[in-house]
Amino acid sequence: MNFGFLRQIGQGAFHFLASFGRIAFFTASAVRWTLQPPYYGRQIGRQIIDIGYYSLPVVGLTTLFSGMVLALQSYTGFARFSAEDTVATVVVLSVTRELGPVLAGLMVAGRIGASMAAEIGTMRVTDQIDALDTLSTRPMQYLVAPRLLAGTICLPFLVIIGDIIGVFGGYIVGVYRLGFNASLYLSRTLQFLEVADVMLGVIKAAVFGFLIALMGCYHGYHSGRGAEGVGLATTNAVVSSSIFILIANYIVTALFFGV
Amino acid sequence: MVAKIKIENLKKSFAGKEVLKGVSLEVAPQESLVIIGTSGCGKSVTLKCLLGLIAPDEGAILIDGTDTVGQSRNAREQMLHRFGMTFQFGALFDSLPIWENITFRLRQKVKMSRQEARKIASDIVVQLGLSAHVIDQYPAELSGGMQKRVALARAVADKPEILLFDEPTSGLDPITGGVIDNLIKDSVKRLGATAITISHDMASVRRIADKVAMIHHGVVIWYGPAAEMDHTGIPEVDQFVHGKAQGPLTQAINDDALSVGTNS
Repeated sequence: MNFGFLRQIGQGAFHFLASFGRIAFFTASAVRWTLQPPYYGRQIGRQIIDIGYYSLPVVGLTTLFSGMVLALQSYTGFARFSAEDTVATVVVLSVTRELGPVLAGLMVAGRIGASMAAEIGTMRVTDQIDALDTLSTRPMQYLVAPRLLAGTICLPFLVIIGDIIGVFGGYIVGVYRLGFNASLYLSRTLQFLEVADVMLGVIKAAVFGFLIALMGCYHGYHSGRGAEGVGLATTNAVVSSSIFILIANYIVTALFFGV
Repeated sequence: MVAKIKIENLKKSFAGKEVLKGVSLEVAPQESLVIIGTSGCGKSVTLKCLLGLIAPDEGAILIDGTDTVGQSRNAREQMLHRFGMTFQFGALFDSLPIWENITFRLRQKVKMSRQEARKIASDIVVQLGLSAHVIDQYPAELSGGMQKRVALARAVADKPEILLFDEPTSGLDPITGGVIDNLIKDSVKRLGATAITISHDMASVRRIADKVAMIHHGVVIWYGPAAEMDHTGIPEVDQFVHGKAQGPLTQAINDDALSVGTNS
């Protein structure tokens, strides 16, 4: 009997569990060192600018056009049962609760997750991480902790700004393309919006920001040798953070279901 | 006299492959030891074990008589303050200007102003034959030889007791290599430091070594004064020292290459 197939399944399961264990161990270690002094203020500041400030255009454009498309699509759908006046409410709730955090998360994962993995991966293959260690500086505190903090802090702000721009996109289409009354559209936008809707998006964003930074750092830190190793680390960082964002999105939504 | 560094029966395996099979070495205070050997023989792993970057499977590493294997994180950090290290490709921090690279550890240890740190960095680079204005440049803007000097500057900035150099002249032309060797020699002498260097470059070995150790297949096959390395009577050492294409090392290198090919 040929056991090759079973062996492959076993090896796959073993690798999956080993990766899971490594990620869990890295996460615990990263969180521990993030909470312990010293805090590298300049590194944190640099990451906040990189993640928060330089991601604004890409998040802004994504949410703007998503808000605009959402207004058009929901109008098309709701017009079929004469519910066009709910377009503003649908846009604001969809953007704040779901589209804003998920789209911002995915865009930042592509931009920042890749850049973190590439930077830390290059540091790994050029012995800069070992050099940090020999210079009595813990790489987890100097490299990983500032990125985790910055990711967790910046994403909520990015999402709030993205929400405003997304809703504005819906407003532009609603008023100038679909002919809604401007003040009526605005009042409909605010009428059913609750603080909990915005908070749900903000909580999701903080979780996504943490996951993006964690995956970027993890894959960079464990990068293989050479250009190929760094390239693979970059790809893995983007793919894994995107998948984790989608999984975490369901978990957070389910936890706050009905809120 | 108590050895400054004593390595006893160091063993380390990676994925079942035994890289170090019992390395033992001693370095006296203020002595300069150069470790030679073919690529993959375990030189760099020995150095990384010494720094605690890799945990050995067996053996002891004594610094001033104290075993450092398995020591606590805090004890290791304290120990690292006594070391200065240059890596094969410099390992300078790309995102920091040269003055911050050089004063990196000093600034972690002691609070100092930007001006103070720049002054220290500037003094060191001038001592190492570089123009003071390089301190504002970034590593990528410097040539290979300049990067090696900056790496040396970073290693000596904190005035360590022990200096480790991983192939300090690799990739450099012979003249720049000679200059780097002289700088290493001067720095070691000025600081009164104990030094371990890994090198393939025999001209460099002759310039900087007091003692030489050759590692082959994970064990030290010869250890003695640099002046005696030409007459050891050991075929492997003789082939390496004189750079002969034919000899026992050639067969060993070919066997290693074949085993890698078979394993992959």
